[in-house]
Amino acid sequence: MAALITVRGSFSFMRRLVSLQRLQKYCKSKFQTAYLVYAPYAYSASALYQHRHFRTSYAATRPVLQFKLSDIGEGIMEVTVKEWYVKEGDRVSQFDSICEVQSDKASVTITSRYDGIIRKLYYDIDSIALVGSPLVDIETDGAQELPPEEDVMETPAVSQEEHTHQEIKGHKTQATPAVRRLAMENNIKLSEVIGTGKDGRILKEDILNFLASQTGAILPPSPFQEIQPPPPGPAAARAPIAKTKEKRAPSSMPTPITSRPVFTGKDRTEPLKGFNKAMVKTMTAALKIPHFGYNDEVDLTQLVQLRSELKEVAESRGVKLSYMPFFIKAASLGLLHFPVLNASVDEACQNITYKAAHNIGLAMDTPQGLLVPNVKNVQMLSVFDIAVELNRLQTLGSSGQLGTADLTGGTFTLSNIGSIGGTYAKPMILPPEVAIGALGKMQVLPRFNEKDEVVKAHIMNLSWSADHRIIDGATMSRFSNLWRSYLENPAVMVLDLK
Amino acid sequence: MLWRTLLREFVKTRLVRHSSTLKTFFDETGQSGLVLKSTSTDIFENLALEDWIHDRVDLQNRSVLFLWRNTPAVVVGRHQNPWHECNLPLVRRRGIPLARRRSGGGTVFHDLGNVNITFFTSKKKYDRRRNLGVVTGALTDLSPGLNVSATERFDIVLDGGYKVSGTAAKLGRTSAYHHCTLLCCADRTLLSSVLKSPYQGIKSNATPSVPSPVKNLLDEDPRLDPSAVMEAVAARYNVEFGFDGPLVTVDPSVEALMPGVNKMAADLKSWEWVYGKTPKFSITLPFVAEGAEIVLDMDVKDGTIEKCLLDIPHDWLPAGTVDELCSALAGVRFCPKEVAVAVTAFMRTTLQGPDLTRKTHSLYENVVSVM
Repeated sequence: MAALITVRGSFSFMRRLVSLQRLQKYCKSKFQTAYLVYAPYAYSASALYQHRHFRTSYAATRPVLQFKLSDIGEGIMEVTVKEWYVKEGDRVSQFDSICEVQSDKASVTITSRYDGIIRKLYYDIDSIALVGSPLVDIETDGAQELPPEEDVMETPAVSQEEHTHQEIKGHKTQATPAVRRLAMENNIKLSEVIGTGKDGRILKEDILNFLASQTGAILPPSPFQEIQPPPPGPAAARAPIAKTKEKRAPSSMPTPITSRPVFTGKDRTEPLKGFNKAMVKTMTAALKIPHFGYNDEVDLTQLVQLRSELKEVAESRGVKLSYMPFFIKAASLGLLHFPVLNASVDEACQNITYKAAHNIGLAMDTPQGLLVPNVKNVQMLSVFDIAVELNRLQTLGSSGQLGTADLTGGTFTLSNIGSIGGTYAKPMILPPEVAIGALGKMQVLPRFNEKDEVVKAHIMNLSWSADHRIIDGATMSRFSNLWRSYLENPAVMVLDLK
Repeated sequence: MLWRTLLREFVKTRLVRHSSTLKTFFDETGQSGLVLKSTSTDIFENLALEDWIHDRVDLQNRSVLFLWRNTPAVVVGRHQNPWHECNLPLVRRRGIPLARRRSGGGTVFHDLGNVNITFFTSKKKYDRRRNLGVVTGALTDLSPGLNVSATERFDIVLDGGYKVSGTAAKLGRTSAYHHCTLLCCADRTLLSSVLKSPYQGIKSNATPSVPSPVKNLLDEDPRLDPSAVMEAVAARYNVEFGFDGPLVTVDPSVEALMPGVNKMAADLKSWEWVYGKTPKFSITLPFVAEGAEIVLDMDVKDGTIEKCLLDIPHDWLPAGTVDELCSALAGVRFCPKEVAVAVTAFMRTTLQGPDLTRKTHSLYENVVSVM
């Protein structure tokens, strides 16, 4: 109602004005949506200088309803509140879970009776709530009707679906108003959607899935083509609605193309905890080390041969033999000649400690994430001993029982990323170590032999990273060559075995 | 009798071939009372089937009886603290799964000698005493003169003092279920060792279990073995409520029959449900490490360490190190795996020297001993 001020200041007009103001002053209705106030100085004589002032206010238009704890049954008068599923300010829909209460070995889920926003929680966790007393305050939209005390089954929205020429008989489709609106906007019949919510209720995800399955089936509208109605969902959707009767849309009327499914994906932010936090900490420390990389390839043809012969022997002793025990032992033999690679520097890089034990770590991919247990004192172990120890660590790792004793104390690390894939990598040194090697996958590639013939060779790529503050490229290169020589010609390894 | 057997067979094959889901099968039979028996002995699959029936089946005009057994498992109530209720190290060592059910009540040990009985009804027809009457009636049907009765706490006791059954219930918006255990021939030694927590110093408001002496029904009367008991309960259920429904066997892992049931089982297995739903608690542990008397104090919420305090003698460890260790543990799950990883990362990035390493190891060992 516009504040149209006329110049005619008649008496009756003034009287009506006064009574309207009085009405506004004393009106205590909670369901008003908006009202206007006349600004006093708008009563000007000239129409040209009218000021139209609208002031809309939503005072007391959103009702806050108290949701009382309803009767649980069995004459129970009080319950203990055990868990809240909502907090103040959360939006809830009808039938969403609000809290969990417990009474005498019975756990009860209390669901909301209204749509709205939670404004107040009346109880803390572990406090006693009385049946019949208020549990939460919910601010509703105002346009919502107050449902009766009994929980109601919703009636289907038949009137909104007239355009799809359909009758729903008998079965009541359950869906919240928001879901119905989404279905209506996309011209979907609720009876065709399988509900995966409680009591077969249709959720927003069900509508979206239905849409996704429909976009392939809708034919473009054409006046001459016979329009097929969208095919029904899987047969299971039909069964609960056995009594539904439908009228097919007449073929001369083209079905409008359903609008694009609405993408409701949302970004999800969560704090980094546990494993991830540990990784962040370790890698931030690793970044302080100046890395240099050195890559090469190794011909493992002879090793492949050797392992295939030894595999059965190991299995007869109850141990699985992979290539890793050979790689680890060869690394330890190399470290005997290049002890600087098995060292550690302090924070300020003032002192270097040459570690006596070769505790060679093995990067392991477990269900929880990356773990690096190490094999202790490799310098004293045979290849078979290393295989036994690896089996033990692998079993513990997959069952999640590795402790700090196995996870700390490493002095050198090998990462067999090639077991998953990849050729060259750039591994990060794990502090307080100073070097690390990443082993790529084994490939069968053609290579020239000494007679200039092309032969089949088992080639594996390797990538070393080392701390450039104390290790130079030449040292790394010589170590790598020594390691390679042991593996390319395993007989030499036997010669140097300690 | 012959007709009933034929009907049973007919109905069972119908279930497999013609119906698309279990729910539609219920609707099609038109029966108001049905008896279901699970073919699975996996605790998570069976609990998931319970949830599925509670959520998806219309129980306003229908009631369902569900009979199931499990391979050894420990089941804690909805609002209980697993560390407080059972011997977790023993449970883990033996490979016994730990589950948390959605109904309230106390902790129980299941094995194949224990029969589980669930009564599904609408909320209006929820009546635990009547249900327990069915169970005691069935037992006396099999073994007349058996001294079994239900107590006011909804337990069933044998010979006046030995508990043979415990009860729990879950109420939703429109439907409810009441389930109870029944000890026929369970492993009592394992039961008592598994249900005794070694951890002292746990303070919480979680629902405590009330321990009672137990007895096996089979010891009292050899006719009371699990299969006989299940049949008797089903028969008595039909008599008590006037139903004439068939006995239907169900495999709880068939997704086509019960859409969504496998996800429910996966949710029940997740760490966030089994351990993460523990009500807030705190634990105080005094111990001796490397000759020093130390007190550990931790607040745990949602299964995650919220706050950690270490009271150590002056100068045993540098002050900064202790604070860093405690803050490294904050936000970490109350679980040995995660604590191992957090302490490892801490040791890699801060500690130097064999002395400090040894002390941290020993602290770690003690901290993990309560998880």
